[in-house]
Amino acid sequence: METQGLTKGIIKEWLDEVKDPEIPVLSLNDLGVITGIDIDSKGKVTVDMTPTFTGCPAMDVMKQDVLDVLEKRGVTDYDVNISFETQWNSNMISEKGRKALKDFGLAPPPQHDMIVDIDIIERASCPHCGSENTEMKTPFGPTLCRSMHYCHNCLQAFEQFKPL
Amino acid sequence: MNQEAIKDLLYKMADDQLILGHRNSEWTGFGPLLEEDIAFSSMAQDKVGQSWQLYKILNELGESDPDTVAFMRNAEQFHNSQFVELPNGEYDFSLIRHFLFDTAELIRFQMLADSSFEPLANLAKKIKGETKYHSMHAKIWIKQLGSATEESISRLQNSLVEAMPYALGLFEPSKFEQDLIDSRVFAGEEALKGQWKNAVIDVISETSLTLPNMESLTPVFGGRYGDHSEHLQPLLDEMSEVFKVDPTADW
Repeated sequence: METQGLTKGIIKEWLDEVKDPEIPVLSLNDLGVITGIDIDSKGKVTVDMTPTFTGCPAMDVMKQDVLDVLEKRGVTDYDVNISFETQWNSNMISEKGRKALKDFGLAPPPQHDMIVDIDIIERASCPHCGSENTEMKTPFGPTLCRSMHYCHNCLQAFEQFKPL
Repeated sequence: MNQEAIKDLLYKMADDQLILGHRNSEWTGFGPLLEEDIAFSSMAQDKVGQSWQLYKILNELGESDPDTVAFMRNAEQFHNSQFVELPNGEYDFSLIRHFLFDTAELIRFQMLADSSFEPLANLAKKIKGETKYHSMHAKIWIKQLGSATEESISRLQNSLVEAMPYALGLFEPSKFEQDLIDSRVFAGEEALKGQWKNAVIDVISETSLTLPNMESLTPVFGGRYGDHSEHLQPLLDEMSEVFKVDPTADW
């Protein structure tokens, strides 16, 4: 393809249409798993990604979705790498992503100073009514990245995207 | 850097994760509470995923691909500790094993986050965050059940006594121990064991349980050198059944 005029910004924009397969309101950009986009002098595109959780089964799907988007846009020379050179943490979810999670009914992870302890994990605001009067039921939920909580205000169970 | 030493370290960690991951997955559908069923299943998924990443580093060092390594070896080619291959037993035994193993695992990966071997350091930085959830989960239950009823206390106490010699086997030194320490790949099993003991004592001292005297126990060694209990081969046979039907199958 004619790669002239192709910029990192354009590729980043394309990636906005790739969503987390388990949380379809959250783009990979907003999730924070895209750690690098590069275009070399020959026009080869490299996208670097890092997994949210080491054992996340959605990672291969995400990688395939990125490949599909590049192909669909006519990029023929590309590489998509998954590596741990940058380690993902939940502070990397963007403000837009945090809002999308909340609208989806999933409590966004509390911001932390990289030390995740029991106090942080237990602190979840109810995404339905906003109450802080909540209780963690278990740190292990339906996917590796979610914990389960209960709101004593609106009496509903909810899930939180786990702080990591 | 001695590559054989690094491979030895990676194999034993990956095999521990894979085998205990498989044991944890056996609780799926059988947990004593729905939450515990899910917790053990989630930890299984974490551990198997972590083992895959460790096998992947081995693959980059010239070993076979992760699936082949995981599914095509016999028991004597595995480097896991005997502790992780023991059957799940009752929930009290699984919980005690989870507590003793994951306490060590968390410290191991915290130590390895500073490894001079960069691929492992990067992965360890990731895994230590995930394992924190495992360690917290174990602590909460040990503290609760270890101070609850006569039955819960005596069950956990019996399991603790049974598990301890095996848990000490986790720290069986590698024949490359000094190489790993000198090259700052890993600070070594002795250093790990020291920190682990303190962490275990901290939690147990908040319960009605009594720690066996670790100094007087003989650790169950051998696993790191391919010497396993009769429980490993049947586990491997079951684990690899689907893969062996058609190793080239694509899903």
